[in-house]
Parts: sequence; structure tokens; C-alpha cells
Amino acid sequence: MTALPPIFQTWFSTRGWDIHPHQQAMLDRADAPALLLIAPTGGGKTLAGFLPTLAALADGQHRGLHTLYISPLKALAADIKRNLRTPVDDMNLPIRIEDRTGDTSYTQKRRQRADPPHILLTTPESLALLTSYEDAPRIFKGLKRIIVDEIHALAESKRGDQLMLALSRLQTLAPDLRRVGLSATVEDPAAIARTLARHPDPCEIINADPGPAPDIAMLTTDARPPWTGGGAKYAIPAVLEQVRQHKTTLIFHNTRAQAEIFFHNLWLANTDDLPIGIHHGSLAREQRERVEAAMVAGHLRAIVCTGSLDLGIDWGDVDLVIQIGAPKNVKRLVQRIGRANHRYNAPSKALLVPANRFEVVECVAALEAVKAHDLDGDPQGPGPRDVLCQHILITACAGPFDANDLFNEVTAVGAYSALTRAAFDDCLDFCATGGYALRAYDKWKRLLQTADGKWQLRDPRAAQRIRMNIGTIQDTDTLKVRLKGGFKPLGEVEESFAATLTQGDTFLIGGQVVCYERLREMTVEVTRRADKTPRIATFMGTKFANSTQLSQRILRMLQQDSWPELPAHTADWLGLQRQFSKLPQADRILVESFPHEGRHHICVYGFAGRNAMQTLGMLLTQRMEEMNLHPLGFVATDYATLIWGLDPVTDPAPLFRAPDLRAGFTQWLSGNAVMKRTFRGAATIAGLIERNLPQARKTGRQAAFSSDILYDTLAKYDPDHLMLQITREEAMRGLVDFGRIEEMLARSAGRVDHMILDRVTPLAAPLFLEVGRVALAGAAQDRLLEEAALQLMTAAGVSAL
Amino acid sequence: MDSHSFTFCATRCVARPSGALHLPDHDTLCVSDLHLGKSDRIARRSGVMLPPYEIHETLEKLETDIHATAPQTLICLGDSFDDPDAAHSLPDDMRLWLTKLQAGRKWIWIEGNHDPGPMDIGGTHLAHIAIGTLTFRHIATDTPAEVSGHYHPKHRVAGRSRPAFLYDQSRMVLPAYGAYTGGLSSDAPDLRRLFGPHPIAVLTGKKAVAVPITENPPPPRVRGRSS
Repeated sequence: MTALPPIFQTWFSTRGWDIHPHQQAMLDRADAPALLLIAPTGGGKTLAGFLPTLAALADGQHRGLHTLYISPLKALAADIKRNLRTPVDDMNLPIRIEDRTGDTSYTQKRRQRADPPHILLTTPESLALLTSYEDAPRIFKGLKRIIVDEIHALAESKRGDQLMLALSRLQTLAPDLRRVGLSATVEDPAAIARTLARHPDPCEIINADPGPAPDIAMLTTDARPPWTGGGAKYAIPAVLEQVRQHKTTLIFHNTRAQAEIFFHNLWLANTDDLPIGIHHGSLAREQRERVEAAMVAGHLRAIVCTGSLDLGIDWGDVDLVIQIGAPKNVKRLVQRIGRANHRYNAPSKALLVPANRFEVVECVAALEAVKAHDLDGDPQGPGPRDVLCQHILITACAGPFDANDLFNEVTAVGAYSALTRAAFDDCLDFCATGGYALRAYDKWKRLLQTADGKWQLRDPRAAQRIRMNIGTIQDTDTLKVRLKGGFKPLGEVEESFAATLTQGDTFLIGGQVVCYERLREMTVEVTRRADKTPRIATFMGTKFANSTQLSQRILRMLQQDSWPELPAHTADWLGLQRQFSKLPQADRILVESFPHEGRHHICVYGFAGRNAMQTLGMLLTQRMEEMNLHPLGFVATDYATLIWGLDPVTDPAPLFRAPDLRAGFTQWLSGNAVMKRTFRGAATIAGLIERNLPQARKTGRQAAFSSDILYDTLAKYDPDHLMLQITREEAMRGLVDFGRIEEMLARSAGRVDHMILDRVTPLAAPLFLEVGRVALAGAAQDRLLEEAALQLMTAAGVSAL
Repeated sequence: MDSHSFTFCATRCVARPSGALHLPDHDTLCVSDLHLGKSDRIARRSGVMLPPYEIHETLEKLETDIHATAPQTLICLGDSFDDPDAAHSLPDDMRLWLTKLQAGRKWIWIEGNHDPGPMDIGGTHLAHIAIGTLTFRHIATDTPAEVSGHYHPKHRVAGRSRPAFLYDQSRMVLPAYGAYTGGLSSDAPDLRRLFGPHPIAVLTGKKAVAVPITENPPPPRVRGRSS
């Protein structure tokens, strides 16, 4: 057993603490090349990660950077810095700790490169940027440890892939680098361990005591959840009552727009003036920091928030977590609940608030899964090649590199261990020449090979542009929102949302109702309009698909004869659905037809998760287009797809014939909006589209042209191009999720039940308020556009023109 | 008929769905803002290598329009090349294709801000040209009966924004014809101030569709069907 230096023992004992067994285990195995700690929140996980570093640095002998700490969130890095200062200051240790994120000032960043601190706290993107500098070898030379916090969250995304590629780079620069991963409870720790360790080295896993099971229930309210919608406004009085009864409550929402609306309604009902704040990723940094500071100081009784507060931030005395809306994924729910109650031995307390009747069913199913410790998760695919392309460009920014060395470095990353040399060379060729079948850029290659065979940037000035576009987070283009005549931004909205606004339109941001005035130099100018009802803010938050496991549980529940575990209102609702139509079954596909607002609708219950149901919507509408049924659009949820059009569907069964769907899928895949969106993401990450340009963006959009044009051009002239290969691969497992459509087709085996009804059914009703409607650019669209144009011309008396 | 026919300053005009303007009485076809060689210029200047197929795409479209209208005169209304270097470094096969398109007709390059001055390529280079009652130049001036390009106008109807012709009694602005071109919304002040109170927009696409633009356009929406 490795003993702590005496000063640490004294510090522990003056605080009346004992070192946790897993903290001791981490200390004992401080020399392991890779080590993964699985611990619940509040288990002293972060200190466990840092103890070996603090012990090693206590004698003041180390010069330069010793430990890098990587967290998925900027806020988390700042928070850890604060928490780490306590023991360091208490023991008067000679350790310099600094953070470095997108928010760190330019001068501070310059200084950190010249004179790195002992412990640097940063994010995967800031680390990638650091590795792109020519002086990276000097900065990282003495690096001993890297701590990846919340690795379970990173491992599920491209940010994790980018981080692991950067780590492999660091391992070359600092060969005795030790890797430490800190993770919440996950369904497959071994998979995380494999991503952390250098391939094919082993990685030891330390499991901390998981602590008591969480105390989790569904919030029961006097008011009934509505049939539709995601706002959970009905629950406001009950939620306020819970806030009153607890010290500090976190109120989680699945999307930013829902958080805004809920916060707005909460304030309208907050007659006691309880201090309640809001925190989400669209808010201006100053606003978020103010809320964070107020929270830490204990001035807030509740925070309405989204995933931006999701990860291990130590918010002190949080004693209740409320989840508004169905959690979609049991594992994430369990981790989110872990936020509450940082006292290690007390159970975390959480309440689920379904936003509508269907979510009542989802919440009950999720609660049962938590009780059964049935965590869900999908296996990770191979490392994405768009991230690899960006990594190659980042490597080139730091100086000339040898392709063989880089290939070896890349394949030492678990996710890329199966990457073939040919696939690697394709990525390198893409970075160097564009990788087009037509070799057009001989003169203007991005990377050139020098006489000694190394690769380098043709124009070193290109490094600035590459650095400005580092990162894999797909934020859509956003515009700052500012009060007219004011300076401080209120927050950000998506460009696509801003484009739909006309003067006088109102929306919610930062909890206030504002009125759109005009767009000025890429800033949305607004005025305060508290008197008006806001239009729903449609800026995005992440939308998750229901996991397969949860969908299966729900389907099993629907087949019960009665639902004693459900509140009466929801059980009655399901009963009504059974009476007027049918309840969906796992081994059949239920299709309902009904008219609504002058359009023909069909609702398909497939329970394949949001992404697959979205794809199904695309495929079915494509087939309907071919059959001249004039589909206009569709919307998908986790359980159903609602399609509307100008003509009725009389026999839906042929729509679901598997061979036709598969054939349609291949054809559809080349020309659809989801592919274009996926392409945009991949092309941005791979460096084909630049999000950020050195000069500020121009007003108006004349300069920029849509990435759809690039996609269409490639699909037409160069269909096997690397970017299209990546797009297809990604769409298949991500947004398209054809695998789950196959699963649905297999379990239903052609059994389609068609219910023809004269109005919207109880189960279909919620789909009418779903956001994310997809309008189709088919014949119906042209027909309507012409009709609308003709109406306008006639109204203006110029139809003869 | 997928094109939109109208009379502009006493001249019969046909706005084609492709974005080309046909003057049947003068056997003239006019296209604006081809921006040929844009991907090459972007690669040269930023290192970003876009799919190098835009010249092909643009010429293919132009060839279709030429076959359909068989014009005696073809006017390229400026910014035909993304910069003078782009004209110079046009790949041989594309240069040959362009020469074939030029054969048997009068070809006029109006100079634009991206391609001022004569280029090393066949055809006549002019600052502006008069055809019948109309004057053609790249950037709009105060001259009446003028056809220009430069702004890449787009207009939104029923939730869909498409490149568009804009015209009123005395002025017409053509949409950008080139494959890699963005657009400027018809309500942008720079564009809107060129016109009187009631201009018409002709949207391009599968069909050319004409709509009036009002001073404060009510959002012409198809009820709630676009997200």
C-alpha cells in the first residue's frame, strides 16, 4: 500500500475524513499505464484521480506540466480548479493549477504555452488546439499523467475519438504518460477501458462502492398531464412545492427551448419569489457564469437547466433532481440522478415529471428499468474518419510529419485499431489533394510531401484557419441576441430560427419574452415585450432516441390488460386508444388513417426510436410520392411517424414490404435531407467546410453557399468520394439508424394492421405538437408553391404579368 | 411551359427556370454571375479544396439552355470568372467545351467586379451593351430599362428560398447562374432599394414561378407545414 505523504494524512484527519478505499487503490496503482475508476458521483472520484498527482508534486521538484485534466465541459474545468484549490491551499502545496478553455483570455493562453502550470485543466478541443502548435513537444515534454473525467460521456461521441487521437500524440511526446479515466456507472466498463488504454495494452478497472440505490419516483400531481406537448406546464405548482420543500433543486429538461418555456411559466407561478435561475448552452457566458456563481454561493433554490449542467459539477447542496420529460435512456437518467446529493452514503433523490400522457408510460417503464439495474447502451462503432482527417490536419499544423509514424500513432487508439493502411491513406489523400476522382488541385494542394517524404502544409498560413475550426461539436450556426441599444448579449439562437422571424415576432430567451426588431450585423436585435405570448423558441437541444431496451419495455406494458402501475388518467387514455383504435404490438405494425385540418394523415407505430422513425418517414413518403399520393411532410417521435398529404392512403401494407423499403433506402440515401445534414457535419469536421473564418462573417448570405450544393455535386460527379462514404456510414448508424427499421420489420414480419378512423386518435394526438416537422420538396410542394404564388398574384392584381 | 414570360420595358422576356433570361425577339440569351473557377480560387487562397466539378455543372446547365433557345447572341453579365486567374487557369477540357458553346454565335463578356478587363478567352469584352430597348451591365446604375446581376438575389415563398429574378417597371436583376454561388435575400436593403414599391420576383427551380414582393411582405406561408 502506498502511504500518503504525512501532510496529506494530517489534512485528511483534520477534516475528519478517511481516505476512501478506491482513492487508496488509485494511489497504489499510480504507476499503471492505464487505469479506469468507476465511481458514483459524490464518491470523491475527482480527488481519487488527483491524489497521486498532488502527492507527486508535493515536494516542489517537478518543473513544467505534470498532469493534464480533461473534462467535457468548460464549466467543469473551472469547477474542478476551485475544488482542487482547497486541499492545495490548505496544505500550502507548491502547485500551480490553471484552466484553459475557449473562455480563457488570449494573453493567459500565450503565457500558458510559454510557461505551463503543473496542472492544466482543459477540454478535448482546447487540448487538440494545443497539440497543433509547433511548440507542442516542448509544452508536453515532462507530462506524467492525464486524467479524463466523465470519460463515459466523452466515449460516446466524436469528442472522445478526437481526445484519444490527441492522447496518442501526447504519448509520443511524453512516453511515460499514465492515463487515468474517471467514469460514472456504465453498462460496459471494459469497453470504456479499451478506449482509454493504448491499444492493445490492458487497462485495470477499479470499482468504487456504488453507494445506496437512488430514491426515484414519478411526481404525482393533482393536475393531469396534457395529451400533447413537452412543456409540463401542468406540473408547475407541484414542482414549485417540491422546490419549497428542498434546499436546492435541479430541474432538467431535454431541450433548451423547453427549459426556456418552463422557466418562464415557473416565474409566472412563483408567487413566493423563490430565487430560481436558468442555465443552458444558448445563454450568453456572462449569464451562465452569474447563475453558476449564485448556485455555488447557495443563493438559488432551483435551477432550470439542460445537459449543459449534466456532468459532474459539484453544485454543493443539491438535494433533489427533477427530470421534466421522459428520460429516453435509462443509463443517462441514472447518471443524471447522480448529480443530486453529493453525500456519499445518502441515496440520491429524484422525481420524474412526464410532460404528456405518453411520457407517463415512458417514465414508468424507465423507473422499472432503474429498479432492475437494466442499463442500456449500444456498442460503439469504429473510429470515425472525419475526425481522423481533422487530426491529420492538426498534426500538419504542428510541423512536418511522417505518414508511417502517424499511422502507428492512430492505430494505437482503441477505436482506430482496426483502421487499414489503405483507409488511412485515403484520409491523408483527402487532406492533401481533396481526394477527388478528378485530380484538379495539383497546384494548390493543402499538404505537400517534402524531399525527405514528410508531409507539411503547402501554405503555413493555412494553419490559422485549421486551428480556428478545430473541434467536433456540431453547433449549428448561431446568432447573438441583443437588446436594442444594449451591449450585453442575452444569448444565441440558431440562424435558421432567426430566419423565420419577422418584425414583431416574440420568443423566449434567458427567461424573458423579447420581440424581434431586426437583424443587424449578424446580431438579432430585440426589445422586451413581457405582455405578449411568446412564440415557441425552436433553438435546438440534443434530441435523444429512446433506447431499444426502453422501447421494448413500453411495448410490453401496452399489451397488459390493465395498468395498475399507471395513474388513472393515463390508464384511461390507453383504454380509450384500445376502444377507438388499437394499441401497438411488438409483432405487428399499426397504421391509423384519419383526416385532420383538410389533410389526410397516417400514423405509423413502429417503436424504433426517433432516428429510425424519422428515416421510416423519409422512406414511406418517398414511396407515397411515387404512388402520386402527394405527401407534404412528416414528423417522427420515438414511437410513431405521422405523415400528412393531399391524398389518402387506402392500403398501407405494401408500403412496408421489406425488399422495396431496402431498395428505396439505397436510392433515398443519396438524395435526402438527413444525409445532407450528416454530410454537413462530417465535411465540417474533416475540414471541407469552414465554420469560422479569419475575418468576421459578412452580413447577408451572399458570400456563403449551402453545403447542400457540395453534397449534390459530389453525389453526381464523385459518388465514391471519402466524404460520401463517411456520410453514408454515419447516417446508417446515427440519424438514419436503418438497423432499427430492419429490427422492426423482422419482428412484425409483414403483419400490418390498418385502422381507418374519422378523427385523430388518442395515441396520435401528441404528434401534432412535435417540433422537427420535415417538409418535403416533392410534387406537392411545387403544387402548393404555385397555388400560393397564384393567390398572391391575384390578390395583388398582377396575375396577368 | 415551365418558363415565365413577361414584358419588360417594351421588350418580350422569358425567365427560364435555370436562371437564364431569354429575349426571343432579339435571339439573345443572358446569364449572370457564373463564377467559373470559384473552387480553384478558394483552394489557392484558403487551402480548402471543394469538389472541383462546378465548372462542369455550370457549363452543362448553360449547354441545356443554349440547346433549348439557340440564341444568336449570348451575354454573360459579369462575374463570369471568379477572378482573372480563374479564367487563365481554366482546365483544357472546360476551355474546349466553352469554345464549342461559343461556336456560331456572338458571345459577349460583360465585365464584373470579379473579372474586370479583357481575359485570355474568345468573345467580346464590354463594360455594358444595349439590346433593343434594354441596357445590360453587371452592377445596377440609375439608367432606366437596365438588366444587371451582381447581387445574387433569392426570394422566399411558402418557406422555400430560391434564386430569383427581380424586376419592376425600369430595372431587372438576374439570379446567379453559377453552381457554387450563394444568394442575397430579396429583402436585403442593398437589393430592395434598387426597386420601386411593387417589384416582382421570379423564383427559379423546376419551374419559374412569379410572385409580387410587397413593401412589408406578409409571410406567405403554407399553414405551419414547414418547421
